[in-house]
Amino acid sequence: MASHPRGLTAPRGTGSDTAAPPTVVVENLVRGYGPKGVLNGVDLQIAPGEFVALLGPSGCGKSTLLRALAGLDAAVSGSGRIRVPDNVSVVFQDSRLLPWASLITNVTLGQHERRSRERGSEALAEVGLAGREKDWPHQLSGGEAQRVALARSLVRDPSLLLADEPFGALDALTRLKMHDLLRQLHHRHRPAVLLVTHDVDEAITLADRVVVLDHGRIALETRVALDDDRDPSGAEFAQVRRHLLGALGVRRTPTQHHTERESA
Amino acid sequence: MTAAVATPPDVDEPSTLTVDERPVRRRLGLGPRRRGAAALGPVLLLVLWVAGSLTGVLDPRTLSAPWTVVSTTGELLADGRLQANLLVSTQRAALGLFLGVTVGVALALLSGLSRLGEALIDGPVQIKRAIPSLALLPLLILWLGIGEQMKVLTIALGVFVPIYLQTHAGLRAIEARYVELAQTVRLARVAFLRRVIIPGALPGFLLGLRFAVTGAWLALVVVEQINSTSGIGYMMELARTYGQTDVIVVGLVLYGLLGLVSDGAVRILQRKALSWQVTLAD
Repeated sequence: MASHPRGLTAPRGTGSDTAAPPTVVVENLVRGYGPKGVLNGVDLQIAPGEFVALLGPSGCGKSTLLRALAGLDAAVSGSGRIRVPDNVSVVFQDSRLLPWASLITNVTLGQHERRSRERGSEALAEVGLAGREKDWPHQLSGGEAQRVALARSLVRDPSLLLADEPFGALDALTRLKMHDLLRQLHHRHRPAVLLVTHDVDEAITLADRVVVLDHGRIALETRVALDDDRDPSGAEFAQVRRHLLGALGVRRTPTQHHTERESA
Repeated sequence: MTAAVATPPDVDEPSTLTVDERPVRRRLGLGPRRRGAAALGPVLLLVLWVAGSLTGVLDPRTLSAPWTVVSTTGELLADGRLQANLLVSTQRAALGLFLGVTVGVALALLSGLSRLGEALIDGPVQIKRAIPSLALLPLLILWLGIGEQMKVLTIALGVFVPIYLQTHAGLRAIEARYVELAQTVRLARVAFLRRVIIPGALPGFLLGLRFAVTGAWLALVVVEQINSTSGIGYMMELARTYGQTDVIVVGLVLYGLLGLVSDGAVRILQRKALSWQVTLAD
């Protein structure tokens, strides 16, 4: 793969085919002009099957980038080049289930092949909600609703999965379970993933590569070269976390924190 | 105040305290609900009616006795006049309702889903809304005569306004995030209507339908008392010329029942169709 226009190392797919053309290509993407532009020239490539986490503080433009890739920003001015595959699935922060439709109808929304009902049931089973086809969305907990949203995105067999803080509204325990689920699903279906998050640990746990966005520009890209069993208390994990927190402008170490508290 | 309240509680043995020491305030709320209390007013009215008729305070020429009304209902049923008039009235109301609902929904969809439609339709409907349907009656009589067309059209004109307003409002209240979702799953236009727009606007439509049903009976009363030769209104109008207050009361009761039953039917429809909603009432 050719070197990145910004001189950064080109991403590699997580394993087999490094020669395959990238699934996503973003070149010099600008959204909103002037000194207050939301995106000020972003370049990004995502390889087939690669899991990329897009990290950044609120208002850094990460959702804008995701919405641009999802084709949901027709009303926003800007320029640049985007290439995405045809079958893109989007998971939002809210589960966005139609409240008036049963779970199976929600999952198969927009699918018209005859087999889509079967595949919808399979997808529900895959996210641990087998047999719940006829339930209404209001009968679900927040975590379950987000599982259905994942099932809805999988049924489409996406080459690219865009996830906009999908676990941001869940409690901490549910979030951990959802991390496991998403890793399993990614392992099985291998779509390229762009996960927008502001949770550093979530990014390290899930992603092959973490991209830090700041003031509408990519401030840092780092590959997470950890094995599959990512233990947040491990030394390597802590090192990546420190690196990323530094890029995000959080430089306080735990010991300093401790001292400050004691002197207060 | 009781003596127990004045005594300070025993700090060492709080478990021996048996006196409820909650401070008593004057209650400003309504107090608990009593069963069957809703029937009190109507029953009292009936008792007054019976008493007035028995003692002769109520002249039969002013208001017939309750038992006369009951026996008159029996007679009207026996000679078939009641059924025949009820059928005609129901047909008029149903036809007007059907026409009004169809037009109201069609206009709401056109105006709700296209900017051009809104520009063309919404203004005229708002103007129509400001004119009571019954005020159009003289014009409609001139145009259509005093036949069935005029009657059905008057009812339809009263019906389509609430249907349009509520359906349009329901449609416009559909959250943008669902439209966004429909875009991301690439929903085709027809599927978008079927899966998002119609179910999303349904609560508004059903609310409009409740207004519409009541409005249909209201309009019916008026059109049937003008130059009509059949229907409940005609039956009542005829009774007026003969001074038969019992027949008039039968008509009134009938109108009331029709209104109640049809509103109840729409409410059941509402409950069934909106079973996905969890509301305050559940």
